[in-house]
Amino acid sequence: MTHASQARKYEARHAPEGPRAATSAMIASLAAEGYDAVAAPFGQALVELATSDARVVGLSADLAKYTDMHILAQAMPERFYQMGMAEQLLMSAAAGMAREGFLPFATTYAVFASRRAYDFIAMAIAEENLPVKICCALPGLTTGYGPSHQATEDLAIFRGLPNMTIIDPCDAADIQGMVPAMAAHPGPVYARLLRGKVPDVLRSHKPDYRFELGRAQMIREGGDVLVVSTGIMTMRALDAAVRLEADGIGVAVLHVPTIKPLDRATILAEARKGGRLVVTAENHTVIGGLGEAVATTLMLEGVAPQFRMIGLPDEFLEAGALPTLHDMYGLSVDRVAEQIKGWL
Amino acid sequence: MNATDRPLHGSNISLARRAWAIRRHALRMGQVQGQGYIGQALGIADVLAVAYFHTMEYRPEDPEWEGRDRFLLSIGHYAIALYAVLIEAGILPEEEIETYGMDDSRMPMSGMASYTPGMEITGGSLGHGLGIAVGMAMGLRHKTNPAFVINLMSDGELGEGSTWEAAMSAGAQSLSNLICIVDFNDQQADGPSTQVLSAEPVADKWRAFGWHTQRVDGNDIEAVRDAFDAARNHDGPQPRVIVFDTTMCKGVPFLEAREVNHFVRVEAEEWERALAILDEGQPQ
Repeated sequence: MTHASQARKYEARHAPEGPRAATSAMIASLAAEGYDAVAAPFGQALVELATSDARVVGLSADLAKYTDMHILAQAMPERFYQMGMAEQLLMSAAAGMAREGFLPFATTYAVFASRRAYDFIAMAIAEENLPVKICCALPGLTTGYGPSHQATEDLAIFRGLPNMTIIDPCDAADIQGMVPAMAAHPGPVYARLLRGKVPDVLRSHKPDYRFELGRAQMIREGGDVLVVSTGIMTMRALDAAVRLEADGIGVAVLHVPTIKPLDRATILAEARKGGRLVVTAENHTVIGGLGEAVATTLMLEGVAPQFRMIGLPDEFLEAGALPTLHDMYGLSVDRVAEQIKGWL
Repeated sequence: MNATDRPLHGSNISLARRAWAIRRHALRMGQVQGQGYIGQALGIADVLAVAYFHTMEYRPEDPEWEGRDRFLLSIGHYAIALYAVLIEAGILPEEEIETYGMDDSRMPMSGMASYTPGMEITGGSLGHGLGIAVGMAMGLRHKTNPAFVINLMSDGELGEGSTWEAAMSAGAQSLSNLICIVDFNDQQADGPSTQVLSAEPVADKWRAFGWHTQRVDGNDIEAVRDAFDAARNHDGPQPRVIVFDTTMCKGVPFLEAREVNHFVRVEAEEWERALAILDEGQPQ
């Protein structure tokens, strides 16, 4: 038996209009037009934390450079442990160090933490409620390398895990705020990471914005639509809201950086302000992420607004340039604005 | 070091007698449930006797004492054996034998840190212990705490890839405060470990990963003691492994003879018979 077409995606991409992408799939930092950027906010925040807390150590599985952990490794080499390309060991060893009283921050890519090391996170870390902080680059669709690198279902995987707190930061402000908040939280945390030059978005819309673990925050108000968003989709939603305002459409954006535990009270309070279309937006498959969590929350409380979800389809995604892929799968500002408009 | 830290150092109770008592506690627990991983417990009893009554430092009244040697039970299903040694060491009371595997017991069927004093980790998802041991050894070294981490794993766990991730890392980091014990009884769920995956040459595998390696008869108490001494006292930078060849159900010949003994079937009347055979051979 032969496979129907080994190159089916290539053939599909060479549709009659010809090749589309002119940019490379190799993008180190996520671009957001019109915002300042902060260099390696995770690494900088971790060094600051480690300076004031002797329990903090960093571990990585041959991806220190690609998770901004190298900032700690360079500044405080005695606090960094290179575990090699061995994610099961990374998680078990982090658990062992936590048992000995340390606060380990372990970094890899989100695909490897969620898929390859899951049993080790579940049993060595979560079941014993150990304070291991798992910080993972390339969440959702933030790389064009294809499904081997795209962690489109990591939130769904970790939402099912008892004791696990889950953070999907939007920008540099969230990352700078979440690092000390993770250390202060007594149990395990899974956090998505943005690495390299990270846009500083939330503070430009709300100057006094500060990340708070477990809290959803209104970033902007609007009378027609309530977007409940997490991660980088909050920056997309904010840009789309500015654009829709010009068309006379008022879009509120409620940013939910903590996926678990979910700030149900704030989500319900906002959704109860009647008459608005409620749209969830996440850089994750529509299965098992923020959208379904919000839908469940509303349903259980008998709150029934018009409801739509923006997220990735239940598919293995294509490889290519990130802007192309974000357009293709509905995560770009253009597509977010267009979808919301279409639902009104 | 004082007498409190090595509770039974200098005791006039022999290691053979300790091993006998461990076997007896385990058989009595097996009898409570009518089943259990009794073959493994009888097989590893001599190794546990030496570990807890010759090698390790700990304080029975304070199982979380910072200076203790850490004993990790990677093979959670050997919990019955560890409970037996924890009872013999005075960390668990003997009266609790009757609660083994029952609701509200501190001694569940598979070992979990959250239930039992002296149980360092939740084992049982096989291939986890050695990686956690690597992290604990890193942590102890970081703190300049001279304690050892001792990880007990099975020959079947050699099949888990995570074992070799941890073995490679321990060698690369020269974790000389780590002792791994491999119980080589050549039995796993689906058959002999030497046939399910090619476990041999097991000692060469560890040597290749940079470990100080010994392989000895795990039911010869003097050989076990010498091996632990050599592992602990070796002055090289390597992590240490001892592969112990053990006999499933050791000490109860009619059970030793059973062909399929990963999970031994013991009929109701056989428990008393097994205890009687054990008692006949009670050492001084």
